[in-house]
Amino acid sequence: MGTSTIALLVVAGIGVLILFWVIGLYNGLVRVRNEVKNAWSQIDVQLKRRHDLIPNLVETVRGYAGHEKGTLEAVVQARSRAVGATDIGDRVRAEGELSQALGRLMVVVESYPDLKANQNFLGLQEELTSTENKIGFSRQYYNDSVMNYNTRIQVFPANIVAGMFGFRESPFFEVENQAERAVPQVKF
Amino acid sequence: MWEAIAANRRRSRLLIGLLGAVLVLLGAVIGLAVAVPLNRPATLGRWLGTQQQFVPPARLQRYESDPADDLPASGARPLLDEIIAAQNGAYWGMGIALLIWLVLWVTAVAGGDSILLGAAKAVEVPREAAPQLWNVVEEMTIASGLKQMPKIYVIDDSSLNAFAVGNRPERAAVAVTAGLLKRLSRDELQGVIGHELGHIHNLDIRFMTLASVMVGAIVLLSDLFLRSVFYSGAGRRSSSRRGGGQAQIIMLVVAILVAVSAPLAAQLLYFACSRRREYLADASAARFTRYPEGLAAALERIATQAAPQAGASKVVAPLYIVNPLQEGALFTLFSTHPPTKERVRILRGMAGAGFGAYEAAFRQVRGAAQSCIGAKTLQDSTGIDLRAASPEVQPPEDPIARARGVGELLEHVLPFVVIPCPCGVRMKVPPQFRKPAVKCPRCGREHEVPGVSAPGAGAGPQAGAPRRVSYQRRGTDWESFRCTCGHPVQISPKFSAPQVACPKCGQGIDVRPAG
Repeated sequence: MGTSTIALLVVAGIGVLILFWVIGLYNGLVRVRNEVKNAWSQIDVQLKRRHDLIPNLVETVRGYAGHEKGTLEAVVQARSRAVGATDIGDRVRAEGELSQALGRLMVVVESYPDLKANQNFLGLQEELTSTENKIGFSRQYYNDSVMNYNTRIQVFPANIVAGMFGFRESPFFEVENQAERAVPQVKF
Repeated sequence: MWEAIAANRRRSRLLIGLLGAVLVLLGAVIGLAVAVPLNRPATLGRWLGTQQQFVPPARLQRYESDPADDLPASGARPLLDEIIAAQNGAYWGMGIALLIWLVLWVTAVAGGDSILLGAAKAVEVPREAAPQLWNVVEEMTIASGLKQMPKIYVIDDSSLNAFAVGNRPERAAVAVTAGLLKRLSRDELQGVIGHELGHIHNLDIRFMTLASVMVGAIVLLSDLFLRSVFYSGAGRRSSSRRGGGQAQIIMLVVAILVAVSAPLAAQLLYFACSRRREYLADASAARFTRYPEGLAAALERIATQAAPQAGASKVVAPLYIVNPLQEGALFTLFSTHPPTKERVRILRGMAGAGFGAYEAAFRQVRGAAQSCIGAKTLQDSTGIDLRAASPEVQPPEDPIARARGVGELLEHVLPFVVIPCPCGVRMKVPPQFRKPAVKCPRCGREHEVPGVSAPGAGAGPQAGAPRRVSYQRRGTDWESFRCTCGHPVQISPKFSAPQVACPKCGQGIDVRPAG
């Protein structure tokens, strides 16, 4: 075996190693990116859950506090706007409004002791609190995984692979209203 | 966060490696000490005493393959026999040590969860029985990004505690005591569940199982050896009198020392690691909930409880959120948990909710030199803010309502037959109770234990046809009765179907409405 053959084999070996290394990096990046997508869809699931919960809640409250028409209407309308929103900016805004409308409803409810003693309403209230929490937590997890993903595609040498295959930075889930940034406050 | 988990894994591997080394060394020493006296008692002493007679390995091999060949001068043959026996003994010892470990480990991985949950008398709860607990676990599952929500168990115990099991995050479970559900607010419960899910998320459970099984194997092995030495000590002493005995006794003493100190060393390693994991789980809970005060308040409440937990044992103690056995006792090297007061102080000292904030608070409380999580994780936790306390759905100033709710949950989950007495006492009849009637402990009224009746029994010619059993309702409240198989069946106030299936034997029971 000549010297040139050996050199060729060595170069080929290094080439194969680099290829494997790139494949490993690429797969790692894909995994992290899927995590981000998955976290995003989790937010969707929870928002959907809140939409499903609202008609029931509104009906229960109407039974006891029928003349709080304005507050109830505001919740129903905010919900239908949120369901109908198409692009992301609209949607974030509509969901924020829905949170605020719900918050107002819960303040109003405070002055109806009969309603607050209703077993059905207490159940709904727990579900609503939990859903608001879940929205907050899924948003939080989304931002955590975006941070992980963005860091991963920025550091050397993964940034070369990321640039080659078009991995782009993901945006954080920012809530415009500063007061909204914390988990939506529902006061009971 | 991810770096913290990676660092955790590295440390775990190191610890497992160290424990494995201790285990193998222990096996070797014991094997040596056991094998030599069995073979020929006197000569090992001579070998130890006269090192210059050591036989080179090549010659030893030759002798092993054919003892007739290369016979050295008289007196050397027993020496060679001796060394071979010692070697074989050491190998056997190692093999047995590893075998014990393997058997324990396979058992722990295959059935450990159910063994632990069974030992703590934990019962699985369905969603409708404990919606708030379910919601809190779901919230923490989302916050931690676990792929699968853990199963939820309740322990019928008035003390306050919780633990998590599961070798894989996909098949984990959390268990909480009834007392915890009764006494903690929603935020506090969230903190506790966050801590438990932190254990699952950081893969602590898998590691703890592995490590505790190794410690168990080491303890078992040295215990076996020490017992055998103790019981056969008399016989061996007589044989060692035959010359060269002194060195052999030294050998034995060394083995005993190793056997005594190995479990201690193993447990020290294990406990040190277990404490570090508690801190990390606390930090995870703070990060998941963004509200360290919840866990801090819960820990305080748990620490001030009066009675120790009844069903807890030494084996399950390290799993709980606070040690159910020795809380309040001295904080020693052998504690599985860091002192609760310190944990509370760290959580209260956090300026944010990230790992960085926890690390800073940790340094402040324990002194600047100590580090809990590692510097690498500090960068990823900037800008993680705390959140405000969440509102209470069930007002905390109504402990009676809470207690009643938990009582109903337990009745739902545990197979009791509940009989309300007109004097106000609710009697819970355990499933083992077989008499048809029970006396009220307060007013002395006799109550029939309700069961299903078979209306077609013995009547009419078609006795061979399958009999339908039925239950006559008494009112519209919660009701429970006993199936013909003996298992209790619960009916909720909302129940309106004409038939119910026994949860144990599955047979259909007709339910006739009251009146």
